[in-house]
Amino acid sequence: MGAEMITDIAQAEQGTSLWRDAWLRLRRNRMAVLGLAILSCFVIVAILTPWIAPYGYAQQELALGATPPSTTHWLGTDIYGRDLLTQIMYGGRISLAVGFIATSVALLIGITWGAVAGYAGGKVDAVMMRLVDILYALPFMIFIVLLMVVFGRNMLLLFLAIGAVEWLTMARIMRSQVQSLRQQEFVEAAISLGLSPATIIRRHLIPNALGPIIVYTTLTIPSVMLLEAFLSFLGLGVQPPQTSWGLLISYGAETMEEYPWLLIFPGLALVLTLFSLNFLGDGLRDALDVRGAKD
Amino acid sequence: MWRFIGFRVLQSIPVLLVVITVTFFLVRMAPGGPFSSEKAVIPEVKAALEAQYRLNLPMFEQYTAYLGDLAQGDLGPSFKYPGRSVNELIAAGFPVTAELGFYALLVAITIGGIAGVVASLRPNSAQDYIPMSVAMIGICVPSLLMGPILILIFGIYLEWLPVSGWGDMPGDKILPAITLGSTYAAYIARLGRAGMLEVMSQDYIRTARAKGLPEWQVVTRHALRGGMIPVVAFLGPAFAGLLSGSFVVETIFQIPGLGRIYVQAAFNRDYTVILGATVFLATLIVVFNLLSDILAAWMNPRLRSQYGGH
Amino acid sequence: MRSSASRFLLPVIAVLSLLACGGGESNVAQGNREGILHVGNGTEPQGLDPHVVTGIPESNIVRALFEGLAVKNPYTLESEPGVAQSWDISEDGLTITFHLNPEAKWSNGDLMTAQDYVWSWQRALNPAMGNQYAYMLYPVKNAEAFATGKLDDFAEVGVKALDKHTLQVKLNARTPYFIQLMDHHSAYAVHRPTIEKFGKSTDRFTRWTRAENIVGNGAFRLKEWLLNRRIVVEKSDTYWDRDKVKLNGIEFHPVENISSEERMFRVGQLHYSYSIPLDKIPVYRAMEDSPYVSAPYLGTYFYLLNTNKPPLDDVRVRQALSLAIDRKLLNDSVLHGTNVPAYSITPPGTLGYQPPIVFDYDVTRARQLLAEAGYPDGTGWPGLELIYNTSESHLKIAVALQQMWKDALNIDVTLANQEWKVYLDSVDQMNFQMARRGWIGDYVDPNNFLDLFLCNGGNNNTGFCDPVYDDMILQQAPQAKSREERYAIFKAAETRLMEQMPIIPIYTYTSNHLVHPSVRGKPSNLMDYVNYKYLSLDSDWQAEQ
Repeated sequence: MGAEMITDIAQAEQGTSLWRDAWLRLRRNRMAVLGLAILSCFVIVAILTPWIAPYGYAQQELALGATPPSTTHWLGTDIYGRDLLTQIMYGGRISLAVGFIATSVALLIGITWGAVAGYAGGKVDAVMMRLVDILYALPFMIFIVLLMVVFGRNMLLLFLAIGAVEWLTMARIMRSQVQSLRQQEFVEAAISLGLSPATIIRRHLIPNALGPIIVYTTLTIPSVMLLEAFLSFLGLGVQPPQTSWGLLISYGAETMEEYPWLLIFPGLALVLTLFSLNFLGDGLRDALDVRGAKD
Repeated sequence: MWRFIGFRVLQSIPVLLVVITVTFFLVRMAPGGPFSSEKAVIPEVKAALEAQYRLNLPMFEQYTAYLGDLAQGDLGPSFKYPGRSVNELIAAGFPVTAELGFYALLVAITIGGIAGVVASLRPNSAQDYIPMSVAMIGICVPSLLMGPILILIFGIYLEWLPVSGWGDMPGDKILPAITLGSTYAAYIARLGRAGMLEVMSQDYIRTARAKGLPEWQVVTRHALRGGMIPVVAFLGPAFAGLLSGSFVVETIFQIPGLGRIYVQAAFNRDYTVILGATVFLATLIVVFNLLSDILAAWMNPRLRSQYGGH
Repeated sequence: MRSSASRFLLPVIAVLSLLACGGGESNVAQGNREGILHVGNGTEPQGLDPHVVTGIPESNIVRALFEGLAVKNPYTLESEPGVAQSWDISEDGLTITFHLNPEAKWSNGDLMTAQDYVWSWQRALNPAMGNQYAYMLYPVKNAEAFATGKLDDFAEVGVKALDKHTLQVKLNARTPYFIQLMDHHSAYAVHRPTIEKFGKSTDRFTRWTRAENIVGNGAFRLKEWLLNRRIVVEKSDTYWDRDKVKLNGIEFHPVENISSEERMFRVGQLHYSYSIPLDKIPVYRAMEDSPYVSAPYLGTYFYLLNTNKPPLDDVRVRQALSLAIDRKLLNDSVLHGTNVPAYSITPPGTLGYQPPIVFDYDVTRARQLLAEAGYPDGTGWPGLELIYNTSESHLKIAVALQQMWKDALNIDVTLANQEWKVYLDSVDQMNFQMARRGWIGDYVDPNNFLDLFLCNGGNNNTGFCDPVYDDMILQQAPQAKSREERYAIFKAAETRLMEQMPIIPIYTYTSNHLVHPSVRGKPSNLMDYVNYKYLSLDSDWQAEQ
């Protein structure tokens, strides 16, 4: 293991083969590959939905109502007689988009903010983190209602609103990581070499704090998808007949005793995505962790 | 360390002031006032109502008057519930929510902590996947769904536990605590596992192993402290989130907590209650973030020297 | 590590199984034994001051704690004696004399007097009070002028105590429904010494309504009021008709979440639910001895059309939208057949009044009207937005109608749900094209629905204004000599209204409750009105089955 570690570090220093190496390591992790495969599958289906969906997403058959899975409707229909499979496919487009875009926004702001605050320390840190405290404390719902009224409802605003909320915890975690890394020898070495703070943060601090960040990201994506459902329910975000997994699950929860399939199938889609992300995240973390490569 | 705490306490004063000011004007900008109702309110009645609650004064005067009252610890009367002061509403709701949040955190730390640590000991094996999958249930299943499912199973089908209430019947606190705690268990498990893996590969753990310490001692004596840093950084905001985010659980289980009061106030445009609850929660958030920073500093030996100065 | 996990889990399981032993007696079983009714009551009441509160949950509790001059029989909805044991109405219908029951007492033992009413009505009408239901007393002479600050001297308002037990009320015009209004909390008497002990008479936020302070005159008195938890009332021993009261007490449970309420009912924590989740109705309806009770309710669900904004400024577009709705299919599908399709604003059978039906479901005619308006087969349709407040049932209806309009007329209608206060603001400012709306009658009379659409009606919100209509409602109808004549005028007016179609009626409400079989004396009625005096609990209900 020791020998391997040395070669790993040597390769990391060469820099060019780091990512290829990580990819090779990731490929050896079966669960991570499975996760990646499922996610890719969902993304491809989401992209192709308008061409491959069995029915129109708004196409109702009121007299039919909610029916369990059958040969004509593989996953059953909802109370309007709409095909559930179609709903899930279209809902996936929105949920996956919201999940990835809003999380990226949160990630970008949170990592930068936390890394700068943690690295700079002192007054800069104090001001930046107190700002985070303020945003934590503001009444979120009033904020959303205002956004909605002032800017009207559109999807971009939804991404921003969610991103704006989710970056806070990300920033706190990043900061605590950077603070503990900052004191380590390799950072002090970099400082003494005269590297600029931006370079140190980018090249040394962020890559080394990636573990918890990747993990937190995989947690943020599902919570963002569910937050979207809550916001849509309040009036910001998707409006019917458009739908999302979060909305399908919320409505399914209301009727889980009467029409269980309306809950089970959208739930399954979310759970599968989530577990895939989870295993992929762990795989990535291990693959990128130059010191902790165990196998 | 004391200087560090002192500074942070001082810093929290402008933080609170900004929160109060922003919230004060934010809630008044939101459409629909506290007295708008489905049946049109005649102008004379509306004027009388606004006069009784100082809403007829210029905005800035309302603001300074509010700050004056606040300095004396008076959060004002509720608009929606005439006859109840905001202080009274918070005093009634907060102990309940705090108790619920405490139990939920206990559930979260127990389930999440155990799952995270167990999983980190043998990554990418069944010992990793199974506990992590269990912990992940909490995040896949939102409270909105977890609550009713638990109620159906344990309350209605098995008839083991009450379906609602708080302190009215034996055992009625169990399901709400699990429902609220399960979401956070997933976070703690994931962050704990990652933190532990990070630490386990560090030199001082290798040294400890090299000294021939048994594995469980390496974990409990050395690794746990460092490995839980991300968890602790998460705990501060998490507890604050538990307090303000317990609305769904409180509604599902009929719990008379602060979460319901707060969210209802936002829906009702009950200005004084929104403000009062925000000020109260903001103070708590500042305190908990401070505590979690202190705890993280204490757990991280390098950081400790930075603040402690020894 | 594994063993320590199980070491932790074992005690948890042990504690769980200990706590989980049966859970004890249910509220219903205990309540049946002790004569305590457990009621699901929607939300936490905003207060208990009869001149402050506005909602249904509040009025449910206030009606237990206070009593009006006249109350209603729950079976017939006819007025019957309350604090007044009788009343005389003058020939011209303008003077009503109430004779108070000399036995009527406040819950602290004080006698009730006619002067109590004069003082209380002054409080209810005082503009400083901010009573949102002050208008319930507007039929009283000069009451409106006093309530809007145009008249300062209350002596000129038409209410006078002739002696200790005789109250004389003078009216502006013949008002056939006036006695009914005496059962509204805005017309209740309140106990002056108690109110003045805790502040000015017009202060909204004093502590006089707390359990330890409040003095009422109803069949029950307030025992306990725990915020967001429960309100407990017990039988009053000073109430004049106490021998008729069969319950020993009532517990009101403020359960906001209707799914939670349904589960509470299912495990026997409630005798009587405030409502029922829509999708649970088929399940309960299919049960043998079903606890599900549904009855017509005095209210209409409709869409407001903003007649000032295109394309709805064209009456043909308004009619096309209305004609294209298959109300029967809507009701049978997403609404599970719970309601009654509506084609008018006044609910059918409002004290014998039958509204006109001027249109029906007719896609061909709808398409033709839309084409005449310049949008043949939806071409050139500028788009239309429907707003509704966030709620699952509003959403369900809107989604179904959106598709009906698409299928029938090939037009797109976008949906926008708004948070409650935002929605109220939009409706009030007429900042919408089409908006969901419901109206529940305050009293049983077509007037209560038809006066919504007067030119300056505060709840008009459509821009509809027809002077002829106003004249019929305000001038002709009150002068009618008989009920038939009055209803004929109303019917003509409503026909005018529905031809102009400033609203799209969708359905007539029904009240929907779950009622435990042990509850007696709670008949269904048009106002979903409960008179607690008539209620009782039959502890032997199981023996009969």
